[in-house]
Amino acid sequence: MEWETVIGLEIHAQLSTKSKLFSGSSTEYGQQPNTQANVVDLAMPGVLPVLNTEAVRMATLFGLAIDAPIGRGNVFARKNYFYPDLPQGYQISQFDKPIVELGHMDILLENGETKRIGVTRAHLEQDAGKSLHKDYAGMTGIDLNRSGTPLLEIVSEPDMSSAKEAVAYMKKIHALVQYLGINDGNLQEGSFRCDANVSVRPKGQKELGTRAELKNINSFRFVERAINIEVERQIDIIEDGGKVVQETRLYDPDKNETRSMRSKEEANDYRYFPDPDLLPIEITDEFIETVRATMPELPQAKYQRFMAEYALTDYDAGVLTTSRAVADYFEEVAKSTNEAKLSANWVIGELSSHLNADDLEISQSPVSAEMLSSLVSRIADKTISGKIAKEVFQALWAGEGKTADEIIESKGLKQITDSGAIEGMIDEIVASNPAQVEQYRSGKEKVFGFFVGQVMKASQGKANPAQVNELLKDKLKE
Amino acid sequence: MKNRSLTELSAGLKSGEFSSVELTQYFLQRISNYDTDLNAFITVTEEQALSAAKVADEKIAAGSATDLTGIPIAYKDLFCTEGVRTSCASKMLDNFIAPYTATAVEKLTQAGMPMLGKTNMDEFAMGSSNENSFYGAAKNPWDLERVPGGSSGGSAVAVAAKLAPVSLGTDTGGSIRQPASLTGITGIKPTYGRVSRFGMIAYASSLDQGGVFASSAEDCALVLQTMSGFDAKDSTSVERGVPDFSASLNDSLQELKIGLPKEFFDEGLDSNVADVVNEAIEAYKKLGAEIVEISLPNTHLAIPSYYVIAPAEASSNLSRFDGVRYGYRCDEPKDLTDMYMRSRGEGFGSEVKRRIMTGTYALSAGYYDAYYLKAQKIRRLISEDFKQAFENVDVIMGPVAPETAFKIGEKSDDPISMYLSDIYTLSLNLAGLTGMSVPAGFSRENKMPVGLQIIGNYFDEAKILNVAHQYQQVTDWHKKMPSAYAGEK
Repeated sequence: MEWETVIGLEIHAQLSTKSKLFSGSSTEYGQQPNTQANVVDLAMPGVLPVLNTEAVRMATLFGLAIDAPIGRGNVFARKNYFYPDLPQGYQISQFDKPIVELGHMDILLENGETKRIGVTRAHLEQDAGKSLHKDYAGMTGIDLNRSGTPLLEIVSEPDMSSAKEAVAYMKKIHALVQYLGINDGNLQEGSFRCDANVSVRPKGQKELGTRAELKNINSFRFVERAINIEVERQIDIIEDGGKVVQETRLYDPDKNETRSMRSKEEANDYRYFPDPDLLPIEITDEFIETVRATMPELPQAKYQRFMAEYALTDYDAGVLTTSRAVADYFEEVAKSTNEAKLSANWVIGELSSHLNADDLEISQSPVSAEMLSSLVSRIADKTISGKIAKEVFQALWAGEGKTADEIIESKGLKQITDSGAIEGMIDEIVASNPAQVEQYRSGKEKVFGFFVGQVMKASQGKANPAQVNELLKDKLKE
Repeated sequence: MKNRSLTELSAGLKSGEFSSVELTQYFLQRISNYDTDLNAFITVTEEQALSAAKVADEKIAAGSATDLTGIPIAYKDLFCTEGVRTSCASKMLDNFIAPYTATAVEKLTQAGMPMLGKTNMDEFAMGSSNENSFYGAAKNPWDLERVPGGSSGGSAVAVAAKLAPVSLGTDTGGSIRQPASLTGITGIKPTYGRVSRFGMIAYASSLDQGGVFASSAEDCALVLQTMSGFDAKDSTSVERGVPDFSASLNDSLQELKIGLPKEFFDEGLDSNVADVVNEAIEAYKKLGAEIVEISLPNTHLAIPSYYVIAPAEASSNLSRFDGVRYGYRCDEPKDLTDMYMRSRGEGFGSEVKRRIMTGTYALSAGYYDAYYLKAQKIRRLISEDFKQAFENVDVIMGPVAPETAFKIGEKSDDPISMYLSDIYTLSLNLAGLTGMSVPAGFSRENKMPVGLQIIGNYFDEAKILNVAHQYQQVTDWHKKMPSAYAGEK
């Protein structure tokens, strides 16, 4: 039987506000446990939440970017459940009246077609703290630094039909929230994580199959693998005559398997009700227009502009605009060098492969846009060849200098463009290789490469390759 | 000194007739003399009170005193006070010391009022008799075998027996007005949003409001003035100016329109209470007021609606008491579930557990629409009743409670009968309006005090204080004291 997969994603994007959703504590990551939790985050008796309006602005900006109506009287609700790292005994979230209503996001399929994915809603909520189970001699430690951090939960329609589509959608949302400056995009630190609702059904069947919810996946690769493994599991169950149970499952990347966390029967009854400590958020037209006015250039617009303004290919523009950080980096290099195509090649090529190899984000690159600009400029003005440039880049990457000029100088890599010097080397090589000269002159033009190699070797790679070619041709004709 | 108004006490302080330290010592002495019987206080803060009194005396000497500087006060033990235990009369918080102070308390402290201590109450403000206290029942000074009402019983007793000149309570369903009525003192519950709830341990967030107990409307006005106003730390406090409550106290009541809801004078009302209330209405006629019969047709729905909404909110508000970060934790928990179950099972009293269970049920999947949503709809209907009534009248009057103070233990085993004590007070909280209880006389049958309830429109505290004050100018019920406490030991 042919099967069809149905996937919906719930993405939790941590909003990059300075303070928490309902308290003034800092949201900075990686601090000593419980140093960023005040009496509100600790849910002391009698304390009250006060809404951080910056989070409302960020959520509104997201809503506008996905073409969604903004909930004019959206309401905070309490989601009640007991857990040691949930100090209030409830999470303040939004239930039937979210701040962002139905919007959409387009993704590019492998066949080049565009598919529109519905974004059901996005709502504001508090993050919980963390339970630390190691190092406490059988006890559990609670760290409430993350408690109360603002999250935007972005819920998609079940519109995706493969793991690849799910990843494409997740990447688009990931890029968008960074473009909007509302999320730092850091998957490792958990600033951007996702739950996937996965089900299968016989191809052509209308009603949805029973779904499993895969919890808390924090990498693009794991999302793809987790969905694929879950789809296989569900198909196996059905084909063996069994039934998929509705449950929450956890993906284990080490074993590449999903396993059951809890079934629907064990699921909490969250007893949502409007939080009486908070008033509905009244959003005015004026507020929406103020936010709209700050809307930055979005990926699609930037992509079009890169092709028009920098004469980049469709491919280059696409790659360079997948993330705002990459686009900004490229633009800085292109603007300061006036060499758009060359800049694009270096960002997409050498820089990206180094970043990948060392598993770094562009923001962590040891070669800054300014440093790469200095390198691109030296290639453009023929101070160095493309080949030498790779050596210079390597040195910059390794921290051996601050600018390309510094490296070129200290390593003596300046390209030889003095035709007299090049001619001298050529004369010597022609003179000491009479046999090869004879071969060339008798029509064996392949030998030309041998001469080029010899000259470059003699110049330690610094001779300008174009000049070498030209001068060699002249000399060998004689 | 105990028979002086706050204004008179302030004058005495400023003229140097007595110091704040002397005044504070005087009340501490009365607490020491009488509170063993009355059990109005959970914690007496003698040291803090005297050192604050000393500071107050310095302010008075320096001429930087307010009208409240140097006058001691007592706080219901759910107002958080930095460095002093705030127990909510619960085993759960028997060891809890907040690192912050409630905004209302903070404002009065800033004004120079020394804190005498923290008063007894029904656990987590759940109750109408002050019997649900981990620290034992507070007693009615008019008859020690009777309850003082609740939940702010201790604060009412403290003022009724003059262990404090003034105190703060909170009113979620009548918890200021009912004990004020049962102990024969004046109490005001302001409009929801008038006083910050920050630092007030929540029972039902959409209904809770802090207010004042004192010997007169005039005294209430002074203290309420200082504790009112918007607080950035409470999103439900209202950003609007606070008028001078004292300025209009002497306004004439000529042509004042008083509405008497017929639903408040039904067969459930004790005839002795009805007689006292009717007499008070007669006094208002003499003051020039016009009496209009009105109807609040949904009054009978207030109790069922309240006992869904309040427990629903409470079930969530009290989730934070889990034994993890502060408060009571059971001995040697086996695992997490055991810790939750035993900490909460052992830390909460039975009425609290009853309301948590009721509220949890009302919010559960499949019941939410039938209970919580329906209760919210009724709440809107009740607000609408008042809105229409206030189109024709300036204030609404009626009894506070259907009967006078009952005997301790009389209703302990019958929660429904206990809940009925709040029948005339609940609807006002559901609507969010302001209301007072003013001493209006004594039951012929049992000689226990009876209060008159005065209900005002939103933010009309100045109006009801004026209406109460004018009555207190022509009557002296508010000056009566239980004889056992009228002298000095």
